Amino acid sequence: MTETVLTRPELRVVGQPVERHDARDKVMAATAYAADWALPGMLHAAVLRSPHPSARIVRLDTTRAAAMAGVAAVLTAQDVPRNTLSTDVPGQTTSVGPLRATLHVLAEDRVRHEGEPIALVAAETLALAYAAVEAIDVDYAPTAGVFTPEDALGANAPPVHASGNLLAQWRIARGNVAAALATAAVVVEGEYTTQMVDAAYLEPESGVAWIDSDGVITIRLSTQVIEHFRDVAEVLQVPQNRVRVIGTYLGGGFGGKEDVTVEAYLGLLTLKTGRPVKMVWTRHESLLSRAKRHPYRLRYRTGATAGGEIVAQQIDLLADAGAYAYLSALVLLYSSVTAAGPYRVPNVEVQARVAYTNNPPTSAMRGFGAMQTVFGYESQMDRVARALGVDPVAVRRVNALRRGDTLPVGQVLETHVAIPELAERAWAELGPPTPPRAPHVRVGRGLACNFQSYGRIVWLHDWASAWVGFEMDGSLVVRCGCPDVGGGQASSLCQIAAEILGVPFARISVHVSDSALTPLAGTTTASRQLYMSGNAVLKTARELRVQLLRVASPMLGVDAEALDMEDDHVVTRDGRSLALPELLRECARVGVPRSHLGVYHAPAGEPVDLAKGSGKVFPDYTFGAHAAEVEVDTETGVVRVLRYAAAHDVGRAINPQSVEGQIQGGAVQGLGYGLMEEVVLDEGRNLTTSFATYLIPTAADVPDVQAIVLESGEGLGPFNARGIGEPPIGPPAAAIANAIEAATGARITRLPITAERVARALGLFTP
Amino acid sequence: MIARFVLNGRPREIDVRPEQTLLELLRDTLGVFDVKEGCDEGVCGVCTVLLEGRPASACLVLAAALRGRAVTTVRGLERNGDLHPLQQAFVKYGAVQCGFCTPGMLLTTLAFLERHRHPDREAIRAALEGNLCRCTGYTKIVDAVEAYVRGGYARD
Repeated sequence: MTETVLTRPELRVVGQPVERHDARDKVMAATAYAADWALPGMLHAAVLRSPHPSARIVRLDTTRAAAMAGVAAVLTAQDVPRNTLSTDVPGQTTSVGPLRATLHVLAEDRVRHEGEPIALVAAETLALAYAAVEAIDVDYAPTAGVFTPEDALGANAPPVHASGNLLAQWRIARGNVAAALATAAVVVEGEYTTQMVDAAYLEPESGVAWIDSDGVITIRLSTQVIEHFRDVAEVLQVPQNRVRVIGTYLGGGFGGKEDVTVEAYLGLLTLKTGRPVKMVWTRHESLLSRAKRHPYRLRYRTGATAGGEIVAQQIDLLADAGAYAYLSALVLLYSSVTAAGPYRVPNVEVQARVAYTNNPPTSAMRGFGAMQTVFGYESQMDRVARALGVDPVAVRRVNALRRGDTLPVGQVLETHVAIPELAERAWAELGPPTPPRAPHVRVGRGLACNFQSYGRIVWLHDWASAWVGFEMDGSLVVRCGCPDVGGGQASSLCQIAAEILGVPFARISVHVSDSALTPLAGTTTASRQLYMSGNAVLKTARELRVQLLRVASPMLGVDAEALDMEDDHVVTRDGRSLALPELLRECARVGVPRSHLGVYHAPAGEPVDLAKGSGKVFPDYTFGAHAAEVEVDTETGVVRVLRYAAAHDVGRAINPQSVEGQIQGGAVQGLGYGLMEEVVLDEGRNLTTSFATYLIPTAADVPDVQAIVLESGEGLGPFNARGIGEPPIGPPAAAIANAIEAATGARITRLPITAERVARALGLFTP
Repeated sequence: MIARFVLNGRPREIDVRPEQTLLELLRDTLGVFDVKEGCDEGVCGVCTVLLEGRPASACLVLAAALRGRAVTTVRGLERNGDLHPLQQAFVKYGAVQCGFCTPGMLLTTLAFLERHRHPDREAIRAALEGNLCRCTGYTKIVDAVEAYVRGGYARD
């Protein structure tokens, strides 16, 4: 697994907390986000959405709206050339999905969730567009809906789709669970409930589309997946090379901008009108209609020996897909693979199901199914430890996976597993215990570990490409189709190129996220971009370096292998140097390209039989451990996080400051999940479509997060990095629940852990 | 109706609709895109500007009611093309990820520090409570503000 870095062991730029190349623009507010864009003659667009969670559309009449002065287009399903969007496995590999999950671009004869899009309007002003939406006449006949997965799978449940309400199920089985539980010294049973939450990025879904030269429909928007240009082309029934998606720097994504958002609507409206069109969703619209994180019910039976070794886990998972499939089957797969946690468990049975309901659809969100399970398995680990009187760190040390171990799904771990060290370091970071500040306040500590894959499922045959080239003055250009969601994706690519080609970081210009002009690099999802695009840039830069040094070799009279590149020069070991512009002129003279296009292919594999545990699902995993100290007010149930430490083995930190930022930000999103966030639904109707009701953590709600960055030197990314985008969001909810039990003896099994739930668990309410 | 105000030091007079907000005026009419829009109901803090030095959500201010007041956006912080030291601290301490909250965060911070010269971390957090950030978890934002207060941003 270890890789020898091409030139010299010490790194020059990689590993440094360089100031991100996009930060200066962002503090000046010079970054042009998707909504910060306008074109002459531009129309403004709005969407008509269903007010009903389940209804037939009896009449849909756009006559009044279309006749309004200033309204350029009103579109319904019958105006859409192909009214079907594929929603599984976005990216380069759209045809390999486990399902053929699709949905209508615009509803036809029925709606299945509140907020489902029915019609589109483009008008001269936004106010006119909203007025025209109001002028569309729709008669609905509400139909019986179903609002929990339990009900959806029950007898006589109204079918959300003709195919039935069971969308997908996975089963993983290894060993003999029943026999192992029968002989276990202790068996702990637990049922856990997690809630629906929203990505709640600050930048709403937005974009502008226009028809560019050569008839290319060009859509500039906030997206994690520029490869959706193909889906838009399918919808418009135009050749794929006639749609171009330009991805802007995103104002946050977190998985919520992985599925198609505004791009199909914008494509339809600009094609229909021939004019530029802008669509920006309101906050209400974003919170109402975007796919969310799946609520889960998790049932665990965990058996352990008297010494605390886990011998069996029997796990049943049930998830709510909402009204459409989107990525639910894959989310459930992630849950199934991770359900037993980062522990050696010889006997495991996982049964997982996801059902359609008439709730808002659920799909990708940071953590992607590997998050809900942490609340399950880490609550269980703590209960096992408590039942046996074992220290929480020790129980994890005893059971932690090691290199060479086999996961329940059959995958053999090929890299180092740092769980024991991470747990110890996170726990130690909390320092001396905080004394309770009042007699009615209890203080306690909790620990939670996790593992999360980085990179896509191996049978998706993932790849990424990049272009690296010098200008004649020695400045460098990197082109890569990698969307930058704000995590510093583009900046890290510059660091990697700078390292290999000896160009100062500041002299690199990077172009990302354009389906026509940057080599495709896949989605910014699945914690895969540093791994995939990072490897693509690394490989490309190395190949370009070899190409250039072959030209430099005769100029300096030294073998190419003995040359290095640093500070804009090619240098010899005896101190001579050749300025880059001079070398580049020589390249031009002898006809050697100054640029190179490279492709990185991830290790690929074939689909596994999960139930037989036949093999590899993910390229590799990132491991972590979080420790929390909380105080619980035993008179009110209010929980306050006093200290928080989050440790992850990132293999190697390309930019330690960015890595810390990912860990801190992910941990706080996880604290929001644990303590406050919830999409509240009433029979499928969303009651939390404002930031005044959908509450995310403020600066005053959370403590400093102490990020602990462990560099084991083992990972599949560039310079042995592991992905760190998603993993830090996993452990907080369980760490908090475990700390609350340590403080008060009360075990909370339902998220979010509100003061009311804690107060109930403490017996503060009379029944 | 005429909206009269001073935008980053420049007096402006513009015809507006009675219901038009300062945010709509800035972004839709004037193309001042350094003020972002996050929720349009005064909750998220993304569209924060300074009105006579005090933070205000531009989405809640009627343009016609400005009456000559001074409006400062992030573009008003630059000094001869150089970043304001607080902007430098945000860059240096990694307080910026997606950057969408950053303009509002900077302006709220500066207004707060006008009145509180040596706040501790807790006071900084309380002051920033009205400006949501979904990326950073706030730790590095507080680091940057603290460094700016100490002046440490300029030392190395």
